Amino acid sequence: MENHKTLIYDLAPRKFGKRGVIWTLFLVVIIIAGIVAYIDQLIKGQEVTNMRDYALWGIYISNFVFFVATSFVGTVTVAILRLTNNSWRTPLVRIAEIISVAAIIMAGITIMIDMARPDRLLNLFIHARLQSPITWDVVIIPTYIVISLLLLYFPLLPDFAILKKHFKKTKPKLSKWYGKLSLNWKGSVAQKTIQTKSIKIIAIMIIPVGILLQTIDAWLFSTTYRTGWDSTNFAPYFISGAFVAGIGALVTVIYVVRRVKKLEHYITDYHFDKLGKLLVLALLLYFYFNINEYLIPSFTAKKDESVHLNTLFTGSYATLFWFVTIVGLIIPIIVLLFKKGRKPYPMFFIGLIVVIGSWWKRFVIVTPTLLHPFLPIQGVPESWRHYFPSLHEWLITIATLAMALLIITILVRYLPVIPIQRTYEEQELLKTDKTIET
Amino acid sequence: MEDKNKSSRRKFLDKGLKLGIVSAIGGLGLSKITSKLNATNDDSSGEKMELMTTDGTLIQVDSSEVLEIEHPADNDKKYNVREGMPNRKFVMVVDLARCKNALKCQSACNKHHYITGDNAWIKIYKMQESKDTAPYFMPTTCQHCDHPPCVTVCPVDATFKRRDGLVLIDNERCIGCRFCMAACPYSTRVFNWSEPDQGEITLNMDMYQHEYLSPEYAGMPSLKGTVDKCDFCPHFVKNNELPKCVEVCPNNVFYFGDKYEDTVSNSDEIVRLSELLEERAGYRLMEGLGTEPSVYYLPPKDRWVDFEEALKNYKEFESVEKPE
Repeated sequence: MENHKTLIYDLAPRKFGKRGVIWTLFLVVIIIAGIVAYIDQLIKGQEVTNMRDYALWGIYISNFVFFVATSFVGTVTVAILRLTNNSWRTPLVRIAEIISVAAIIMAGITIMIDMARPDRLLNLFIHARLQSPITWDVVIIPTYIVISLLLLYFPLLPDFAILKKHFKKTKPKLSKWYGKLSLNWKGSVAQKTIQTKSIKIIAIMIIPVGILLQTIDAWLFSTTYRTGWDSTNFAPYFISGAFVAGIGALVTVIYVVRRVKKLEHYITDYHFDKLGKLLVLALLLYFYFNINEYLIPSFTAKKDESVHLNTLFTGSYATLFWFVTIVGLIIPIIVLLFKKGRKPYPMFFIGLIVVIGSWWKRFVIVTPTLLHPFLPIQGVPESWRHYFPSLHEWLITIATLAMALLIITILVRYLPVIPIQRTYEEQELLKTDKTIET
Repeated sequence: MEDKNKSSRRKFLDKGLKLGIVSAIGGLGLSKITSKLNATNDDSSGEKMELMTTDGTLIQVDSSEVLEIEHPADNDKKYNVREGMPNRKFVMVVDLARCKNALKCQSACNKHHYITGDNAWIKIYKMQESKDTAPYFMPTTCQHCDHPPCVTVCPVDATFKRRDGLVLIDNERCIGCRFCMAACPYSTRVFNWSEPDQGEITLNMDMYQHEYLSPEYAGMPSLKGTVDKCDFCPHFVKNNELPKCVEVCPNNVFYFGDKYEDTVSNSDEIVRLSELLEERAGYRLMEGLGTEPSVYYLPPKDRWVDFEEALKNYKEFESVEKPE
């Protein structure tokens, strides 16, 4: 029982320190700036962006793709590690679920920012046409939001009950909320069977839905004729890319949470080592699909294809392309292959550059293709031949990223980031194992 | 193990049986209800009436079922914008040999569609397939594809294909996602990035609002945050006039007509479409994509003008003239 108490003490949510408050305020300020920019965009129209008739999609879309990709982390860590019986996932799953929820909610919001007529949002339902990939997105994103929320919520039930008890005297109001959220959890056998069953169903459901989500995201591009998008490789390419972005985000967030909440005792070098191995697997997979995507077309070098690839390899997008390929992909692979590279500190930096690389990678996927249509770009102002986001676009996009971080921050503040009940049960199990052995 | 298998099978059978019974009862109930609904007039009078339907067939009906209704306004005359003009199939032929890059089509189109942005609906491209082949000028309109990729990807049916071949846009419905622009391989679609400043025209339009607010009326009005493109001038075609670009071209580059009638005409002559395409080796743009465009091109053989001469008119960065 002693053990249980220290566990609760260690893992129960605690008030922010000074740093936490400053961080939250910082995010709020960025978000407000973004909202102001968005209102301006609503009034003036998308003229305030640097998108034009040729570069008709910009960072709103690439940012959307990034969010969708990052939300894949819930599917991978929770569901796939669960199915493969990898028990080291226990202290990591909750954070993965939190990232997943934040990312997919922000994906839904970001895609609406790109819509030039958000006032006609309901048309998507009133006049929905099933053959449009956008309609598929309209179906799959809310589905994934619901499933992700449930996957976060169901395992939380026992922890909410514990927290209710824990805060009863110190914070009665908070305790009441936890009590409501725990849905009267008493830990009875009946409740436990229902809970285990529900989690199992959701964890299995999220795999096809998660894969479909990434696939549909890829199909948004590969259902067009455009060189660089019109690729049968695109769906697996996006799935593996999402694998990378998700695990990258998980590593980064976990490192920060572990430091701030002083969880070194629970999230150990061992966990980072395992996560590092998972990340390098993801990176190698992604590397493989990158070869398929860029090297094989340059082998046959069809005219349109080589024009497109030349802008990436040596042309105006070369710096970005080689940055995302070398810094965002190859260097992390090399570092993570060494045991020393999988220690928490280097892993944090690897995770960070993987996330940054993933973000710019989406930019490199979306924009260059649009600037190489089949017919030459003529009869429009010279500036339409290039694209770099405007101030409005940056403000709004950074605000969406800040919103995702804010959602993560708030959830980390009020939820136990490491499942209390599960950790306790697993520790007890280990103990009894030992007593039998000795 | 065996036992378990058996019991689970039994359970399955049990469940299946229950489900079957439930659905049978449900089905029975449903059929009862529908039969009731159908037989509202059980007390048929037995008297039969002979009636003629709107398409001319004679039918016999029980007189008790006959109800008098309001006379329909003009049901068969009613014109459906999304269906188009009945029994027509509009096509265009562009004779590249004649194009001197006079740009009259472009300026007339800009004027008549009140284009205020930076991107015209008609583009005259300076083309050269490779260094060793001849350069030429190529006007493009919307290709009005029979398999339009833009229509396929539109999530709200804002852009649609009509029976008469036209691909049009309902600017009142478009949500501004620009997927159609990404899907179009001919880069023919333009977007209203800001409030289109159509000036006086919009004022005038208020007076004729009921007539103009239709996908058929020449992009009138252009709406902020929606897509526009060449519409084959249905507002002229309806009155048996030629689209503006066809009418104004001084070199008779464009032919416009009806595929079912197999005739196309420019402002000077009327010709057989099939003969013209056969004699002059007509082709369509990017045939390999399978979009089946309604615009045919005649190769630039025996050109009317020297390319260098036509180049004088060429403006690389402008397609809509701005008032000074």
